[in-house]
Amino acid sequence: MKAYERVIQIILFISAIIAVLGVILITYFIINEGYPVIQKTGLMNFITGQKWAPTRGVYGIYPMIIGSLLVTLGALILGLPIGIGCAVFLAELAKPRIAGIIKPGIELLAGIPSVIYGLYGLVVIVPFIRKVFNNQGFSVLAGSIVLAVMILPTIINVSESAIRSVPKDYKEASLSLGSSHWQSIKNVIVPAARSGIVAGVILGMGRAIGETMAVIMIVGNSPLIPESILSSVRTLTGNIGIEMGYASGEHQKALFATGIVLFAFIMLLNLAANLIPKKVGE
Amino acid sequence: MTEMSITSGSVNKNKRNEKIAFAFLWLTAIITVAALVAIVGSVMINGVASLSIEFLTQEPANMGKDGGIFSIIITTIYLALFSIGIAAPIGIFAAIFLTEYAKEGPVIRIIRFGTESLAGIPSIIFGLFGYVFFVVFLRFRYSIVSGGLTLTLMILPTIIRTAEEAIKMVPRSYREGSLALGATKWQTIYKVVLPAAIPGILTGVILGIGRVVGETAAVIYTAGSSLGLPNSIWRPGRTMAVHLYILASEGLSKSNMYATATVLIITVLIINLTANRVIKHFIKA
Repeated sequence: MKAYERVIQIILFISAIIAVLGVILITYFIINEGYPVIQKTGLMNFITGQKWAPTRGVYGIYPMIIGSLLVTLGALILGLPIGIGCAVFLAELAKPRIAGIIKPGIELLAGIPSVIYGLYGLVVIVPFIRKVFNNQGFSVLAGSIVLAVMILPTIINVSESAIRSVPKDYKEASLSLGSSHWQSIKNVIVPAARSGIVAGVILGMGRAIGETMAVIMIVGNSPLIPESILSSVRTLTGNIGIEMGYASGEHQKALFATGIVLFAFIMLLNLAANLIPKKVGE
Repeated sequence: MTEMSITSGSVNKNKRNEKIAFAFLWLTAIITVAALVAIVGSVMINGVASLSIEFLTQEPANMGKDGGIFSIIITTIYLALFSIGIAAPIGIFAAIFLTEYAKEGPVIRIIRFGTESLAGIPSIIFGLFGYVFFVVFLRFRYSIVSGGLTLTLMILPTIIRTAEEAIKMVPRSYREGSLALGATKWQTIYKVVLPAAIPGILTGVILGIGRVVGETAAVIYTAGSSLGLPNSIWRPGRTMAVHLYILASEGLSKSNMYATATVLIITVLIINLTANRVIKHFIKA
């Protein structure tokens, strides 16, 4: 019986380290495949190079880095007020019956596949922008609008649980000092939940930077630094997704090199979100 | 007198500010729900008309321009079953290890960090990895196996996390009762803890299926995108999400694109509602 229990414990342990093994394998294989191109081009030339011309062996991903950052920034500008507002609403204002409608809605929003978001962007948002601004429609703006909706569930869920973890005494003390409910929210509850909200925002950023299919379908994908929010743009993820289908040889390795840069961004954001305490007093 | 009016003036101002602020909070919640309704609604309104039994049961013709999506539905189910079949046991075992066996310390911290990191990796990176590792390095080619194993890694964190929560919610007294009756640790887990945690574990598994069904970037470079029914797990195939992506980006057929999107959305809605039901059942029990 003892040996039997021991075997089971070993099986459980192996299962538990598969996730860690997965991260190590992913890191190793992406770097191993992409590093030669970075080495050949030079790291600085690779990330600050303005020209992406794989047919001539010129690999500069600066426009794509700017593209990813711009689209993400736009998504945050649009998504943050709505996301945090909705989190405060759910934690402080919503009656159980109304929360019972909104919360499953948010779960569904999180469950909708990115290709559906892309389709909606393609058939609704892009034509709308084309009509209003009289341009091609595929743009930073279109990407930002769709990503803003896509990151809402992350921001709302993390922020709401941070707000809910603020001890009731804080609010009661504030109310008993004569503050209104809104003043208590604004001056006491939200500031106390600050670090959890920031963690939610960082996770949302990670989702926006890492999104591929929805973005490819709506931003136009030209590998140039966009002149305005109405210009076409290509993101790091788009650079991989667009060309992976036909690239080979060094060109394909350059896409893995793009993956290394994307991976580095994501890992930094994950690390930052992990270091921030998510609940009051943690 | 003046002091009084100042106070009541500022109280009024406070009241007005509060009203404006609360109106804004209501608006944000309405926008969130409206976004969902707009996305689901606009796709379904355009798709329902082209939806028919034939669309679900016929093979695609002319690269998906005509015909239905029968083999595409089957491929999607294959891939979901394959990846869940591997990810569910591994994820549940990992959760048991983390909750029942591991002691707080560096090992558990590393495993937690690994799981969190895996959850944050974008699907396109999974796609790249799956391609270079499963398709090329292990020579599994574009196949259900390559796609399924890539997706296994992708959904593992969801399954581990929900299973962990579910196992943690089983009262300590259950375990103590079982151990006091002379059961071993594993017998206690297998016969007492797991059955009590099943609904919570199922929720994670169902959500995992949802992610597999909706995934594009990680699938297209691992399971491929070729049409036709894969007659073994070593053959490539095209899932619904990949099919939709190809139809939308190549502009082959508007009506088939919307119909595919509608089938995909309905599938995902059913999966999510089922997960929701299971959670509710769990909370009641």
